[in-house]
Amino acid sequence: MAATLLIDAIKSAVILGGVLTAFAYVTLLERRLLARFQLRVGPNRVGPLGLLQPLADGIKLIFKEHFVPAGADRLVYLVAPLITVVAALFVYAVIPIGPPVRLFGREVTLYVADVNIGVLLVLAASSIGVYGIILGGWASDNKYALLGGLRSSAQVISYELALGLAVLGVVLAAGSLSLVDIVRAQSHLWFIVTQPAAFVLFLIAAFAETNRAPFDLPEAEQELIAGYQTEYGGFTFAMFYLGEYVGVITMGALITTLFLGGWQGPLLPPVLWFLIKVFAVVCVFIWVRATLPRLRYDQLMALGWRVLVPAGLLNLAVTALVIVARG
Amino acid sequence: MLLDWGYVAVFAIVGAILAALPLLVIWLIAPRSAYPQKLETYESGVPTIGQAWSQFNVRYYLFSLVFVVFDVEIIYLYPWAVVARSGGALAFVEILIFLVILTLGLVYAWRKGALEWV
Repeated sequence: MAATLLIDAIKSAVILGGVLTAFAYVTLLERRLLARFQLRVGPNRVGPLGLLQPLADGIKLIFKEHFVPAGADRLVYLVAPLITVVAALFVYAVIPIGPPVRLFGREVTLYVADVNIGVLLVLAASSIGVYGIILGGWASDNKYALLGGLRSSAQVISYELALGLAVLGVVLAAGSLSLVDIVRAQSHLWFIVTQPAAFVLFLIAAFAETNRAPFDLPEAEQELIAGYQTEYGGFTFAMFYLGEYVGVITMGALITTLFLGGWQGPLLPPVLWFLIKVFAVVCVFIWVRATLPRLRYDQLMALGWRVLVPAGLLNLAVTALVIVARG
Repeated sequence: MLLDWGYVAVFAIVGAILAALPLLVIWLIAPRSAYPQKLETYESGVPTIGQAWSQFNVRYYLFSLVFVVFDVEIIYLYPWAVVARSGGALAFVEILIFLVILTLGLVYAWRKGALEWV
């Protein structure tokens, strides 16, 4: 019992450490890739190829002055970034990185837990994250921040349904809510092949859920300064930043798990396959940011409600029909 | 299975500590030199007018009402999706009826103008 708990604590620490390292380097990847898309070079001075840039950024942000605006609600102002970070990290409790391996004569699973409602847990955690944004926007007592927070909630109520409906298609095809079972169900054919509509739905909804371009209205810098982050500085700002980028990695990991066969692939070790797929999806996120202009607020809600939700319902009905017809 | 939930709890606690630790660190090491002007709310450099906590017209409130209904309804679909294979034709017909009602609800909301930008 004590040994299993110890293994679990170590595993948790390794996964969290991995996620945080990945976060640091996704920020660098984004800056470098965006620079390339815009025919610039990007940050390349700190360390070889700019690889120490995230470290320098982190140290800088820790040593920045910390203050709470006089008008702000102090408690909520400080709790809001915490909620965002915890919700973003929590998802990794159930995401399977690889199949069980034997380490030191012991069967070790490469996920923290395999709960039977993994998918629901992930969806719940990812929507809790938005509370941090809304509360942060409200608590700042800043008009731009408030507008950013409200926009964020508008986005969630428009795209959560599409996300849920897309996942339902996968759950139907796999017959289980456990993420490990869903990965196993794709050993012959990835769900991106059998559920292409759900994949597209999920991808679009994922952009909106993570507040990424073309749905980055909550922090539209041309309109709202920095949106909900306007009154945040130093490390509390970095925490919101972390929430956003961990969210992107989470969506990458989820798309990998639900549609791209998770850790499965030929030749290379499973964990490496998982990382390669997540990396590819994160690159797509950055690519889309460099390509598409931002939608208008009402266009965004119209797209969610009038296109994605009906499409999701239709996809669900067709999937169900096929599955029942084939027995 | 219960043990798995224990793991999830451990993970959540470790994550929360990890997230709260930096707040403690910055409280210890970050410099402080606040003065009233610095603590003012930012409003593009001009003196702040009023508070942000005033009455505000949330223009998508109808969307949010529809959302609450639909989100709950989609939760009902998850248990069915898991057992759809073994449920067979009867379960399929039943869920189809449910889906049709759901879709009619969406069409109703649409026709009533709830999905318009008011």
